[in-house]
Amino acid sequence: MAITGQGTSAGSDAAGAAAPPPQDLVNCTINGVAVSVPKGTRIIEAAEAAGIGIPYYCYHPGLSAPAMCRMCLVEIEGAPKLQPACVTVVGEGQSILTESAKARAAREGNLEFYLLNHPLDCPICDKAGECKLQDYTHAEGRKHGRVVEPKRVLNQDDFGGDVLYEGDRCIMCTRCVRFMREIAGNDALCVVQRGNRSVIDTFFDEGLDGDLWAGNIIDICPVGALLSKDFLHKARAWDLDRSPSICPNCSQGCNVYVDSRDNLIMRLRPRPNPEVNSYWMCEEGRLEYEWYNRANVPTGTIGMADTIGGGPNPTGRCERPMVRDAQGRLQAATWHDAVVALVQRLGGLRGENGVLAVASPAHANEDVALLHRLAQVLGGGDAVFRVRTAPSEVVCPGFPKLARRRELAANGRGLRAVGFRRVGDDAGAGGLDELTTAGKIILVLGDALADVPETFGADAALFVYLGSEPGPAVRNADFILPVTNFVEQEGTFTNFEGRVQRFWPALEPPPLARPAWQVLGVVLAGLDDGPAPADAASAFLRAAELYEAFGGLSYEVIGGRGALLNEPVQLGAGAAEGA
Amino acid sequence: MAYPFRHEKETRILSEYFGDPEARTLDGWKKRGGYQALRKAIEMGRDAVIEEVKASGLRGRGGAGFPTGVKWSFMPKEKTGPSYLLVNSDESEPGAFKDRELIRWTPHQLIEGALIGAYAIQADHVYIYVRGEFFEPAQVVARAIEEAYQNGLAGKNILGTGIDIDVTLHLGAGAYICGEETALMNSLEGRRGQPRVKPPFPAVSGAFGRPTTINNVETLCAVPHIINKGAAWYRGFGTEKSPGTKLFNVSGHVVRRGNYEFPLGFPMHELLYDVCGGIRDGRKLKAVIPGGSSVPILAAEECDINLDYESVIAAGSMLGTASVIVMDDRTCMVKQVRRMVEFYAHESCGQCTPCREGTAWVAKIMRRIEAGLGTEADLEKLVDLSTNMTGTTICVLSDSCAAPVMSSLKKFKDDYLGHIHHGACPVAAAAVA
Repeated sequence: MAITGQGTSAGSDAAGAAAPPPQDLVNCTINGVAVSVPKGTRIIEAAEAAGIGIPYYCYHPGLSAPAMCRMCLVEIEGAPKLQPACVTVVGEGQSILTESAKARAAREGNLEFYLLNHPLDCPICDKAGECKLQDYTHAEGRKHGRVVEPKRVLNQDDFGGDVLYEGDRCIMCTRCVRFMREIAGNDALCVVQRGNRSVIDTFFDEGLDGDLWAGNIIDICPVGALLSKDFLHKARAWDLDRSPSICPNCSQGCNVYVDSRDNLIMRLRPRPNPEVNSYWMCEEGRLEYEWYNRANVPTGTIGMADTIGGGPNPTGRCERPMVRDAQGRLQAATWHDAVVALVQRLGGLRGENGVLAVASPAHANEDVALLHRLAQVLGGGDAVFRVRTAPSEVVCPGFPKLARRRELAANGRGLRAVGFRRVGDDAGAGGLDELTTAGKIILVLGDALADVPETFGADAALFVYLGSEPGPAVRNADFILPVTNFVEQEGTFTNFEGRVQRFWPALEPPPLARPAWQVLGVVLAGLDDGPAPADAASAFLRAAELYEAFGGLSYEVIGGRGALLNEPVQLGAGAAEGA
Repeated sequence: MAYPFRHEKETRILSEYFGDPEARTLDGWKKRGGYQALRKAIEMGRDAVIEEVKASGLRGRGGAGFPTGVKWSFMPKEKTGPSYLLVNSDESEPGAFKDRELIRWTPHQLIEGALIGAYAIQADHVYIYVRGEFFEPAQVVARAIEEAYQNGLAGKNILGTGIDIDVTLHLGAGAYICGEETALMNSLEGRRGQPRVKPPFPAVSGAFGRPTTINNVETLCAVPHIINKGAAWYRGFGTEKSPGTKLFNVSGHVVRRGNYEFPLGFPMHELLYDVCGGIRDGRKLKAVIPGGSSVPILAAEECDINLDYESVIAAGSMLGTASVIVMDDRTCMVKQVRRMVEFYAHESCGQCTPCREGTAWVAKIMRRIEAGLGTEADLEKLVDLSTNMTGTTICVLSDSCAAPVMSSLKKFKDDYLGHIHHGACPVAAAAVA
C-alpha cells in the first residue's frame, strides 16, 4: 500500500516510476500527522502505515474484522461516539485522535473488563512476554484492580491436534473461530453460550485432530488461551532467539521464524509473506523440525567413531574433516590439509572418467550451484537428487496460494535450475543403482545415502562426502567434509514456483562445520575456477553468474519477500533484452 | 370474548379488534375493511406509497422512533436481485407486550401492512420473525399466512397484479438480543444472534447480504390505515413531531394494567390515574419507566409529562416502546435495578468486552449491595463502569444496562445507601413499620 506522509516527497519511489494516481487518495490527520491513504483504507491500517500503533485483539490483517474487542476505539473529531479503527474507513479531511482523553479512558476501562475473569497466571503462562493483554495492561491499564468478586473458572480443554485451550485466559476475540472458518475452511471451533459464560469449544468430540492448519490459531491467539502441546512449558518467550528462515519440509517455502534457546529449536512460527504463506503455515512444517535440530553433540567427540562400520548415529554430527589414508583408515585432518589433499586428488583425476554428483534438496541454492559447477569443472557427468514426495497436495482453503506441496523438500526447484535431475522413488530412495560409479569421482552433498548397498562407491576413483550427518555414505568415502545444515547458515531456497527466498542462520553449527558453498568455493579456487566467495551473498552472485536461472538476482533483489527465477525487477525498458 | 379492559378515552385504530376472534380470520378481516389498503397501495404505485407514509410522519414503533417512510426510501431503487422486508416481532423488552397482542388478534393487519411495505420497497420476501416464546401468537400468524396464500394475497401474482411477495414465519430461539435488527438477521440466517457492525446498513447489505428493511409490528400495522385514510388523517392524531396513535402497554403497580391506544402526546398523569385507575392499594407513585426496561427511570415528580417522543426525551428518558412500568412506594429500586441488570447480563451476546464483562460485573456488584455487603465506593464504581459501558459497543445492550443503573443512582440514591449502611432494604423496613 502506497502510504506517504504529506510534505515528504515520493522518496520511496524508484527513479522513473510514475507517482500513484492522486484521485484515489484520501487525506486525513492521525494525532496531527497528515496522512494520505488510498480510498477505502481502514483507520487501523492508515495508522500503522503512519507509525502510530493502535491496540487491538480481534482484528488480524489476515482475517475478517468483527470489531468486537473494542480496544481500537478512536476519536474522530465531530463524531459523537468513539469508532472502531479496524472497520472504520478513513474519510476525507478527518481528524483522528488515538490518544485523546476519551480514547485513552475507553481503553483503560476496557482493559479493566478484560482482567475481570482473567486468572493473571502469567508466571506459568507460555504466552507471557509476548502477550497483548500483558502489554496493553502494562501500558495503559489501571494501577489497581477494583474487582472483589470471585472470578469465573473454566477448565483446560484439549482441542485435539497440537492445541490446548485455557478458557480462563481467553478474551473471546474469536480470532481462532474465524481462522478455522475463513482460512482452514473447517468450522471446527465455535463460541458456545453467551454473555460472560461464552467459551470457545469444539463440536463434541470432533476436535482439531488431523487439521493441517489448526496450529496457526496458537500463533494468532493474542493471549495464552491457546497453547501448543509441543511448546508447552518449554521456554519463556524472552529467552528465545528469533531468526527468520524458510520451512524446509516442502517446496512451498513458507517463511518462518525459528525460535531457539541454548542452540536448540523450541518452535517454529510463520513469518508473514503475502506472496507465499500469508500469515500461516502447516502442521507438518511447524512440528517436524527435529531433523535439522541436531547441534547438541557433546564437544570434544569426533562424532563419527561409532558410525564407521556401524549404523547411523541419530544425534551425531560430522564434526571435523576426515581423510582416508594410504592404509584405508579415516583420519581426522585440519581443513587446510583436507582441502589441499582434495584439490590435489581432484586435479589429478580432472576430465578422466566423469563425475557422479548427488545433492540433497535440503541444501541451499549456493551450495548446489557450486557443487554442480565443481562437477562440470571436473569433466561433467550425472547430477542427480532424490526427494520424498507425498501422494497429493493439500491446499489451504482460505489462502490457495499456500499448500503443503507434494515435494517434501525445500529446494528441488533450485536443484533443477542448476541442472540436477531427480532420480529415485517417492520415498526419496533408490535411483542410484543404474548410475555407474566405476572409476568416477563421486561428489555427495547432504544425502546420507541411507539405502545404498555397502559397496556403493567402492569402485569409484574418488568419493567425496560433504554432509552434516554421517551415514552409510561415509563407508567408502575418501573425504568426509563436515558442512552446516540450512538452519546453521545463510543462503537461499527456490520454492515450487521458482521464488528464491533468503534464510538466515538460526543455530550455531558444530565448531568445524563450514557452509558447503564455502568448502566448494575454496576447492573450485584451488582448481583455478574463480575466486572463492567470501560470504553467502558472493556465493549467490557466483551462482547467478554461472546459471542463467539465477541471472539478475542478488540478495538485494531477493530482499525479505523473495524474487522469482529469471524475473528480476524491471529496471526500465530494454532491461529484459538480455534473455 | 371481551378484551380485558377498554377505556372510553382511547383512540382505537390498531387495537380496535382486540378480543374479537372473528377479526383473526381472513373473512372476518375483509368484512372489517381488510386488504383494501393493499389494493389501493398497488394502484397508487411504489413511490406514492412511500411519499404517503413519509407525509404521515409515522415513526418506527420498535423504540428508536425513526421515520418509516424515510427508512423505506433508503432501499435501492434499481433492483439487482432479491431484497427483503423483515418484521421484527421479537418483542422481548421487559415490560413490552404490544406486538404480542397485535399479532394475536389482528394478524392480517400485520400481513397487509407488511405486504404494502414490501411492495413499496420492492422486496420479494417478507420474513415475520416472531419471538420463540410467543407460541400461540405464532400459530395465529401461521394460520393467517396460510389463508393469505390460499386467497391470492401472498405468494405469486398477489391480487392478480403480477407482483410476487412471499411471506414466511420464523420463530426465534429465545434471545433478547435477536430483537436488535442485525442480530435478528444473523439469527434468521441461522447464525449466532449477534449484532453486526454498521456500516454496511441493512438497506445496503442486510439479511443474506441483500438490501433489507426491518420494521416493527406496530409500525407496519399502522400502514394500511394510513393508505386507506391518508396522511393528513393520520396527522390529525398526536403531535406535530410525533403524529399518530400508539399502544401504551402499562404494567406494574396500577389498578388496571394493559394495552391502551392513544394519540402520541397523551398525558402520563391521565394514563396512570384515569385510564389505569391509579396506583394500586392506594399507594404513592415512586417511579415510572416510560419505554421498557432499557430507558432511564423517571422519578414520580418527573412524571407530569406528555407521552410523545420529544417530551419524554426532554424529561431525561425515552418513549422507547411505550412500555410503561409503574412502581409504587414499596418498590426497592436496588432490587428492581439488580433484577434488570441480571437480565442484561444473562442476555448479553458476549461479543463486545464492555458488555460481556461489564453487565456481569455490575450484576455481581448489585447483588452484593442488595445483600447489604456494599460500600459507598461501590456506588462510584457503578457510575464508572456504567460510563465505560455506554457508547463503547456494537449495539446498545450495554448502554441499556447502564441506563437504569445511572438513573437510579442519581434519583434513588437513598435506597442504595439504606442497603449499604443498614445492611437491609430500607423500603422493606418502611413497609413493615
